[in-house]
Amino acid sequence: MIKAILIFNNHGKPRLIRFYQYFAEDMQQQIIRETFHLVSKRDDNVCNFLEGGSLIGGSDYKLIYRHYATLYFVFCVDSSESELGILDLIQVFVETLDKCFENVCELDLIFHMDKVHYILQEVVMGGMVLETNMNEIVAQVEVQNRMEKSESHMERMLLRRHLEPLSPHSHELG
Amino acid sequence: MALKIVKGSIDRMFDKNLQDLVRGIRNHKEDEAKYISTCIDEIKQELKQDNIAVKANAVCKLTYLQMLGYDVSWAAFNIVEVMSSSKFTYKRIGYLAASQCFHESTDVIMLTTNQIRKDLSSPNQYDTGVALTGLSCFVTPDLARDLANDIMTLMSHTKPYIRKKAVLIMYKVFLKYPESLRPAFPRLKEKLEDPDPGVQSAAVNVICELARRNPKNYLSLAPLFFKLMTSSTNNWVLIKIIKLFGALTPLEPRLGKKLIEPLTNLIHSTSAMSLLYECVNTVIAVLISLSSGMPNHSASIQLCVQKLRILIEDSDQNCEPSVNACMKYLGLLAMSKILKTHPKSVQSHKDLILQCLDDKDESIRLRALDLLYGMVSKKNLMEIVKKLMLHVDKAEGTTYRDELLTKIIDICSQSNYQYITNFEWYISILVELTRLEGTRHGHLIASQMLDVAIRVKAIRVFAVAQMATLLDNAHLLTGNVQRKGICEVLYAAAWICGEFSEHLDNPTQTLEAMLRPKVATLPGHIQAVYVQNAAKLFATVLKSQEGNTDSTAAQETSQLMIDRLPLFVQSANLEVQERASCILQLVKYIQKLQQKDVEIAEEVIALFAGELNPVAPKAQKKVPVPEGLDLDAWINEPPSESESEDEQPRAIFAKEEPKHSRPRHTEVDEKELAKRREARKQEQANNPFYIKSSPSSQKVYQEAPGVEHIPVVQIDLSVPLKVPVFCPTGLPMSDQYVKLEEERRQKDRADKKKKEKKKRKEKRSGRGKRHDSGPESEEDITPAHMVDIVTEEMPENALPSDDDDKDPNDPHKALDIDLDKPLADSEKLPVRSHRAAEVLKSPAQDGDAESAASQEPKKKSSKEKREKKKDKDRDRKKSKEDKKKKKKHKHEEKGEDLLGGQAEEPVVQSEATSEVAAPPTSTTAEVSDLDFWLSNAPVPSNTQEAATVVAAAEAAPTSEVASGTAPDSEPDEPKDTETEETKSSKHKKKKQKKEKEEKEKKKKKKHHHHHHHSDGGGEESVQNGTVEEEEPLPPMSNYCLLAENSYIKMMMEDADKVNDIQGNLQDGSQVVVSVIFENKCDSFLKSMEFNVLDSLNSKLQRPEGSGPHDGLTVPFQLPPGVSNEARFVFTMQSIITPQKLKGTLTFIVKNEDSSTHEKLDFKLHFTCTSYLISTPCYSDAFAKLLESGDLKCSSVKLEGVVMPFHHLLARICFRHHFSVVERIDSCASMYSRSIQDHHVCLLVKTSGQTVSIDAKCDEPTLLGNVLDEIKQTFSQC
Repeated sequence: MIKAILIFNNHGKPRLIRFYQYFAEDMQQQIIRETFHLVSKRDDNVCNFLEGGSLIGGSDYKLIYRHYATLYFVFCVDSSESELGILDLIQVFVETLDKCFENVCELDLIFHMDKVHYILQEVVMGGMVLETNMNEIVAQVEVQNRMEKSESHMERMLLRRHLEPLSPHSHELG
Repeated sequence: MALKIVKGSIDRMFDKNLQDLVRGIRNHKEDEAKYISTCIDEIKQELKQDNIAVKANAVCKLTYLQMLGYDVSWAAFNIVEVMSSSKFTYKRIGYLAASQCFHESTDVIMLTTNQIRKDLSSPNQYDTGVALTGLSCFVTPDLARDLANDIMTLMSHTKPYIRKKAVLIMYKVFLKYPESLRPAFPRLKEKLEDPDPGVQSAAVNVICELARRNPKNYLSLAPLFFKLMTSSTNNWVLIKIIKLFGALTPLEPRLGKKLIEPLTNLIHSTSAMSLLYECVNTVIAVLISLSSGMPNHSASIQLCVQKLRILIEDSDQNCEPSVNACMKYLGLLAMSKILKTHPKSVQSHKDLILQCLDDKDESIRLRALDLLYGMVSKKNLMEIVKKLMLHVDKAEGTTYRDELLTKIIDICSQSNYQYITNFEWYISILVELTRLEGTRHGHLIASQMLDVAIRVKAIRVFAVAQMATLLDNAHLLTGNVQRKGICEVLYAAAWICGEFSEHLDNPTQTLEAMLRPKVATLPGHIQAVYVQNAAKLFATVLKSQEGNTDSTAAQETSQLMIDRLPLFVQSANLEVQERASCILQLVKYIQKLQQKDVEIAEEVIALFAGELNPVAPKAQKKVPVPEGLDLDAWINEPPSESESEDEQPRAIFAKEEPKHSRPRHTEVDEKELAKRREARKQEQANNPFYIKSSPSSQKVYQEAPGVEHIPVVQIDLSVPLKVPVFCPTGLPMSDQYVKLEEERRQKDRADKKKKEKKKRKEKRSGRGKRHDSGPESEEDITPAHMVDIVTEEMPENALPSDDDDKDPNDPHKALDIDLDKPLADSEKLPVRSHRAAEVLKSPAQDGDAESAASQEPKKKSSKEKREKKKDKDRDRKKSKEDKKKKKKHKHEEKGEDLLGGQAEEPVVQSEATSEVAAPPTSTTAEVSDLDFWLSNAPVPSNTQEAATVVAAAEAAPTSEVASGTAPDSEPDEPKDTETEETKSSKHKKKKQKKEKEEKEKKKKKKHHHHHHHSDGGGEESVQNGTVEEEEPLPPMSNYCLLAENSYIKMMMEDADKVNDIQGNLQDGSQVVVSVIFENKCDSFLKSMEFNVLDSLNSKLQRPEGSGPHDGLTVPFQLPPGVSNEARFVFTMQSIITPQKLKGTLTFIVKNEDSSTHEKLDFKLHFTCTSYLISTPCYSDAFAKLLESGDLKCSSVKLEGVVMPFHHLLARICFRHHFSVVERIDSCASMYSRSIQDHHVCLLVKTSGQTVSIDAKCDEPTLLGNVLDEIKQTFSQC
């Protein structure tokens, strides 16, 4: 099981947090701080596993993370997950983000936290890995985005229909 | 209305959206908190509006603020509002917010049940998906209970996207509502073979997660997982399965044996490091579970260790350095697992591990440390510790150093100081460790010092000297504040000096050191020990001084005590104060006596006489309950509990008997007791494992006759007894010991050699160099001291207690549920239902449940309670009234409830669950399946042998008819996997095994019978034609000879294993054919190629990229006498007629000197039967099917069939993949389904030797062919 997924930048600012076990907000922030503290002091060429922090988990839990440019992607998992498997999964997730945002960078995550969540929801659900096939993930995300678009399009159409009588053009016609 | 919408939309243009909020926060870096608080006010306003779009936008922003640490639970209700929007866009926002901030105590969750249910059944799969995703994060026990059934239905949704989500969320449902596990499990199991890989992976995921916590309940799934493991190509799934096997093997060693080979193959073949690593891990688990020292597994271990070494030392240039570090880390982790059982194979890589200690990555260093723990031996302990001490010096001021320190102590103290040959060295190491600045482990060091000093008698002299020096230099330890932790050491030092004061060189000086004013700055508990031990020291000093004629010295010592103790009397610490004042008064009294020239030393010493022995940590727990003591028995009669007691007829006329009803062993006469005591002592004396507990235990140990052979070496004079603690220059003290030790060992060796030489001289003959003492072996190293380790004290009759350290609060405990037991009615999942009356009227039509309200569950639970209560009451009554002898059956009881209970109360609907809850599974069948699968059956390479296997397998289909679950997988299981498993097993072993197997089979059969009889269910015996049989069924084989020549023999199994059944009609259906190749000659057969001439209708599936006429390479080679099985997949367009395909097998026969090409032609015959899948069918469904009128009729008559009816049925079941629907006397209905979903129904009647079969099928051609084949089957016999 995955207990939490945290994305924060090189300064420890959270960009996405996803806990699969309940923690109160202040506790969540504390965990982010602790995790950042643990992860940020590590060289880039040391191993990507850390025996968990004191706040989250305990002996059965591990932090598995990857550092991409300005962002840390940290997964907190228990012993039922394969360490290297999760490492691959992070890669899949990041590559998916890259596909969905077209050259993803930190700004995308900053301004579109909701979209990142929706993508993550297609990869991990309730702490369990849902899908590891990137094409499948991207396909599902895109279908849902299209639905959203068509809904907002419908709304605009509706709006226009209501606005029309007010427009000067229609007056002329009338 | 229109205006409102327009107005809302215009408003929205001025609202901030998420991006604006983020931008705003970024622009207000200085006063972020203030800015956000204004934003929250805005959001509150927005939430008050009616427009759902505005609300959704506000909720979206709140989700962002939640991430920044703001509590947004106040908006929970608005979130629910947004969740219930009909628009996907808003719904998604709502569910996301809910998943981020809802939890079990969010009260609005109660309001969501209906909304979620609506979304789950939405026609839009993404509405359903979003609801499932959200629910997975905030499911509560109530939600789980109310929605379990809906989710379970979704597990069979047409869209794989929904199926996989529904499967995954079931795990969360199980956790919150464990009762749902058993009813849902059959369907979950089904999903393991779902055609969609995503769904399959989800099911594997869930079952692995379940099995990890309670592995024993999932053993019966092992064959299924094994199949998946050998067939799946999804690494993620493979990893999960392999991990699961790692958890299962400790429970079932036979499973491990089966696994070794496929795992080794995977290790060799896979390129994915993650998979490789998990394989290695599981192989290790297997090897651990197998009894160690199996010679043929040493190869596997070597393979693992070798692969791990590559992981550890190789760094792939193409990888990021961090990934290489990960490999290293994992490699070490896995090594440590091997170490536990096969230390030898790891120890040879000591160099590598020591090297890892220098790694710059702390995680890797820690792992290497763990490994070192298991690698030490008597020989290398000093060397390793020396190396670690160097690291300790380097790693100043880090937590890593603390870790090093504990590791050093762990390494040295492990298994009762087994590897320490020189305790002086160890003490000096401990003393050196006290020099560490800022360590938190002073306590640990102290306890080691105490332990060693107490338990190793020979070391006490040395230890006391060292401790005295420590006390003398106490100021170095307590000097700065940072060293708080380390002053714990003084606790040990003071105690050791006091307790073993007779060994002190200069007790007066030590006494003085213990009473220094500076001591008052130490923590209270240490001061207390100081004071107490000062008194002990005082006694010793007094003794030594009283011997002298000069009495002033003694008086001076008393004076010293009297002068210094008042400091402690004033201590704020109660304990110190109390001890000090007590001792002060004592000393004052002693002083008075001294002034009167009374000799009192002996008496003072008597105060502290007696030796303290260590007590084992679990001693208290292990005190056995004495014989005759029943802790559960009432001491007094229990007070009358309820009014029911009053109902007891009072004895009014006759006097009640005195209460001798339960004679409790209160008085056992003295004689008896003495006798028992004697017997117990006798027993203990004879029991070698009994640890004697008298204070003289060590003496007993020393005097025991068996001890003489322990090499006792005189304390070497070359070892200085006193070495200054803080060496001014040069080597630290422990290093000197390392040197000395080496010298000593060399000397020892030299001595030994001399002795040997002498011996050899004596024995002139000298039959070779037996005692060539080359490299020093473990046993050669003699301890420098007589290591007399005092055993810990245990109470008399200590019980070997099994420590159950499981956490009682573990949520997974509730999921420890036996999944093989048949499902009881009461277990079915609660289904929403209308009022009971309606249910009773039209049980079949529950389709309109859509709009049904969901208040039921609560009522239900209260009703359950009531029921329970009633049960209890009834039980009580039963026990009272002895007239009621019979205990009612469970379902009878239920019936009573329904009748006797409130009729208007909604009942758990049992009909709707026929779809929900799969019918019960038969336990025995499953268990025996597993046993069978696990038993190492030989490859059926000739008909005779195949027959035995198949006959055993035949039990499966019949029992399956009764159970009616898992339509197509089970009957094939034993055959398939079992043949696969023994891929390379040799023929020689077969004969014995066969016998064994037959025995087993018989046993199983008996078991089977027993099961049904005890069940006593008349229904089942009617349904299942083979249950009541008196004689065993004749063996049946479904292997037939395909082709044979002098080199090779090919056997084909009935092509009955069919994959991909579900609606794959355009692509045709797939049929898998197992072919067994047996090498009949003395040469090696290799490069086998299997090729078939495709017809229009049937095609051999070839790997991508190969042409339509290319052959398939058989994935193995055959040494002489070996047989192996390969599978080939064929695609069929039409299945209504039998097919014949011509094929050739080409291969190379390789002798020592020559190799020749050979070929063998064969014909593959696909009968129509092979397209049928035995599928269970209920009699009502069967009747409907016959009435529907879609089926064409046909019939056939068989003459002269001489066999019992049940044999006949079994034969049809087995040969033609039918299942019995119903059997009445000599008439039975049977059903089967083709892979393209044709229904085939049979009505079989027999009279005399004539059997008539009436058949119906929606495809007349298929039916005709099947009937022909049946006819043929019976004409052969």
